[in-house]
Amino acid sequence: MELICPAGTPAAFREAVDAGADAVYCGFRDETNARNFPGLNFSRDELKTAIAYARRHKVMTFVAINTFMRAGQEKLWHDAVDDAVRLGADALILADFGLMAYTAERHPEQRLHVSVQASASNADAVKFLVETFGAKRVVLPRILTIPDIARLARQISCEIEVFVFGGLCVMAEGRCSLSSYATGKSPNMNGVCSPASHVRYREDGSELVSELGDYTINRFPAGEAAGYPTLCKGRFDIAEERGYAFEDPVSLDVMDHIDALRDAGVGALKIEGRQRGKAYVAEVVSIMRRAVAANADERPALLSRLRRLSEGQKTTSGAYEKRWR
Amino acid sequence: MTLPFAMTVPFRIAPLSVIEHATRLVFAQVVAQHPDLFDRLGEHADKRYAFVPTDLPVGFLVEPAARRISVHRKPHLPVAHACMGGRFVLLLALLEGQIDGDAVFFSRSLTITGDMEAMLALRNALDDCDIDLPADIARMSGPFAPLVRRAAAEIRTRALSGEAATWN
Amino acid sequence: MPASTHPSLSLGPVLYLWDGPKWRDFYFRIADEAPVEHVTLGEAVCSKRLHFIEPHVAEVIERLEGAGKKVSLASLALVTLERESQLVRGLVRDSVHPIEANDLSALGLLAGKPHSVGPLINVYNGATARLLASRGATSICLPPELPMASVRDIARDAPDVVFEIFGFGRVPLAISARCAHARSKGLVKDNCQFICGEDSDGLIVDTLDRQPFLALNGVQTMSHTCQSLLQELGELTAAGIGRIRLSPQDCDMVMAARIYDDVATGRCSPAEGLGRLTLAYPGVPLSNGFHHGQTGASWIAAPAGSPPWR
Repeated sequence: MELICPAGTPAAFREAVDAGADAVYCGFRDETNARNFPGLNFSRDELKTAIAYARRHKVMTFVAINTFMRAGQEKLWHDAVDDAVRLGADALILADFGLMAYTAERHPEQRLHVSVQASASNADAVKFLVETFGAKRVVLPRILTIPDIARLARQISCEIEVFVFGGLCVMAEGRCSLSSYATGKSPNMNGVCSPASHVRYREDGSELVSELGDYTINRFPAGEAAGYPTLCKGRFDIAEERGYAFEDPVSLDVMDHIDALRDAGVGALKIEGRQRGKAYVAEVVSIMRRAVAANADERPALLSRLRRLSEGQKTTSGAYEKRWR
Repeated sequence: MTLPFAMTVPFRIAPLSVIEHATRLVFAQVVAQHPDLFDRLGEHADKRYAFVPTDLPVGFLVEPAARRISVHRKPHLPVAHACMGGRFVLLLALLEGQIDGDAVFFSRSLTITGDMEAMLALRNALDDCDIDLPADIARMSGPFAPLVRRAAAEIRTRALSGEAATWN
Repeated sequence: MPASTHPSLSLGPVLYLWDGPKWRDFYFRIADEAPVEHVTLGEAVCSKRLHFIEPHVAEVIERLEGAGKKVSLASLALVTLERESQLVRGLVRDSVHPIEANDLSALGLLAGKPHSVGPLINVYNGATARLLASRGATSICLPPELPMASVRDIARDAPDVVFEIFGFGRVPLAISARCAHARSKGLVKDNCQFICGEDSDGLIVDTLDRQPFLALNGVQTMSHTCQSLLQELGELTAAGIGRIRLSPQDCDMVMAARIYDDVATGRCSPAEGLGRLTLAYPGVPLSNGFHHGQTGASWIAAPAGSPPWR
C-alpha cells in the first residue's frame, strides 16, 4: 500500500521524502487549499524545487487544491491548477465540481484525485465523480466503517485512499459550516477551521479558558493539558450534562487495522498533518513506513512509539469501527 | 528539565548591554543563514514577538520587519503583539524545530498570549528553516568553531534529555 | 415592483424528528393556510427515522397538491450504508415527483432527469451551478454559508437555473456518521431509541459560559440562532433569486410564511416583519451573518436611514 504523507513546508516535504513516503501532498500558500494556515504552504518556486527533490527520490507529489472556488474569483483556483500541472504534480486533489470540470477539460491527461472534502461517501457518489470527471482515486471521508469501505470498493472502478493517522474530523468533511458560524471563516471557502486569528486563551481564576470568536470552547482546570479550541472538540453543556459533545480531543489511529484495510481494497494510506512540524512528519512517516512493511506481531511495538505523538496521547479508530457511532 | 543554575548565571550577573550584544550577534547570524525566514511570515512580519523564558531573568523582543532583537530585564518587558513563555530550552528547541511545536505549543509547557495567528505563522516559518543553533553560532567563531559547536550541542543534548517523553 | 417579480416561498423538509401525526398535521395546515408555492418533504437527516413519516407521505402529498402546491421529495443528506444507497436508488427510480438531491449519490443517479439540488450540496460558484444544470438541475438551493456577493455572482452566471436561498430557520451546519444527540443522552446511534424525537426543535448546546451556541438534531448539528433574511429580500429579488426557502421549525410556520409573503409583496416593511417574526418564533435569536460575509451567528441590522425595501 502507498503511504501518502503531509508537508506544510519545504522542510517537512524533504523530511517526508527522506523518511520513506510514496507520495507527499501539499498546497499553495493561499485559499486554494484546506490547510490555509499562517506561515504554511508552498510558493510556485518552492513547489517546483520540492517536486524535483521528490522525483530524484522516486516519490510522487500530490497538490491539494481542495477548497471551493469563490464565485467571481475562480482565477485563483484555475491558476493553481494550471501551475500545479505545469510544475509536474503527479496528481491534483480536488473537491469542487466546477474546478474538476475545468481540470478535466483543460488538462485531460492530468491525474485527478477526489479530495475528502468532496464528501464521496458511497459507491454511486464515487461513480458520479469517475464518470463525470475521470477521477482516478477517491479519498474517503472519515465516517465509514471498514466493512463499508470493502463493500464500496467492490462497486467502484477507481483507487481508494483513506486517512489512517492524525487529526480527526467528527463531521462529514466538506459539509461543515461550524467554523464559519463562529468565526466567518470556513474550511470550504477559506481553507481554515477554527482559525488562529479568532483564538484566544485567557486565565479565569485557576482555569485556562480557550475561546473561538465570541464562544468559550473549553475550560482547563489547573494541571490539565490544554487543547486548541477546535470547535467540534470542545466541551459544552447539554441539558445538565457537561462534556465533549461531539468528540474528545483525540486523534485518529487505525494502524491496528492495516491488514483489514488492505483486504478491503484500500490502496493508499494517508497521514493527516500538514500543519504539524517537520519533526512530527519525520517521525510519523518513518514509523509508518516500517509498520506497513512489518508483520502483524511486530507492529505493536512500532505503533506504541507512534501513539506518543498523538494529540493528548489519546487515539481512536473513529468511524472505522462501528461502535464509535 | 529546567535550566541548570550555572547556565543562568551569565544572565543574572552580566550587564544587559553585554547580553544584548551577544544575543544580537547570534540573531544576526541566524538571519544571515536563513534569509527566507521572514518571507514566510507575510503580513505578520510587522508584528512584535516577545519570548519570555520562565527560568531566566530576561525576556527577548523580536521585530522581524526590522530584523531586530532586544533584551529586557524582567519585569520591564515591552508590549508585544504575541508573547510566548516557557522554559528556555523549550523555546530554543522550538526555534530549531527539534520538537513538534503543535504538541508543546498548546500544552501548558508553553503559554501563548496575544495574537495567536502571528505566533503560529512564526512557528511555521521557523519550522521550515532548519535552524541549527550550534552550527549557526559556530560559523561565526573562526578557528574555535568546532569547540563552540561541540559545547553548544552538548548543552542542548543535556538540556533536552528527558523532554522526549513529555513532547505530547 | 410588479408582484410577479418577487421570489416565491418554498418550504424545506422538516429536519427534526416529529412523530407521524404531528408531521402529517403540520403539512395539512401548510396545505390549507400557508402562502408557499413549493414544498419539499421527506427525511433528509437520518435514514433510521423514515418509518415515522412513511405511513403519512401519500396523504400529505395529496393534500398539498390539492391545495395547488408543487411537491418535491428530499433525498438523504448522508449516505454510507448499503440500505441507504438502496433507498436513494429506489427514490430516483420510482418517484413520480421531482427529487431534491442532498448528496452526491442522488446527484449522480439523477443525471438526465429534471431535479432540484438541496442546500447541502456544495455549490459555491457559477461553474458548478452550470455543470449541475447541464445534468438536469432546474433549481438549486444555495449553501446557507454563502455570502451575498457569491449568490449574486452565481445567479448571474447560471441564468437558466432557479436559485433558492435559505431564508428562514435554524441553519444545518454539519452532519456526522456519529449521533451527538444520542451520545448526549448516554446512547449510541445503533441503539438510539429515537431519542432525538424528544426535542422537536433541537437540543440546545450551551458553552461552558452559558451562551446558547448550537442545536443538536440527531446526526445533524444546527445553529442555535434562526437565520432570517427578511431585510435582504430586496437585494435577493434584485439579484434574480427565484425562491426563498423556509425551513420548518417547531413554531407557527404558517405565520412565518405569511410574514415572509407580506414583506416580499410589500404589504409590510422588513422591520415590521422582523418584529412579527420574533413573536412567531419566540426565544430564538435571529442571525443573518452568513449572508453578509460575517460570523454566521451574528445579526447585521439594516443600516440606519436605508429605505425599507418595498
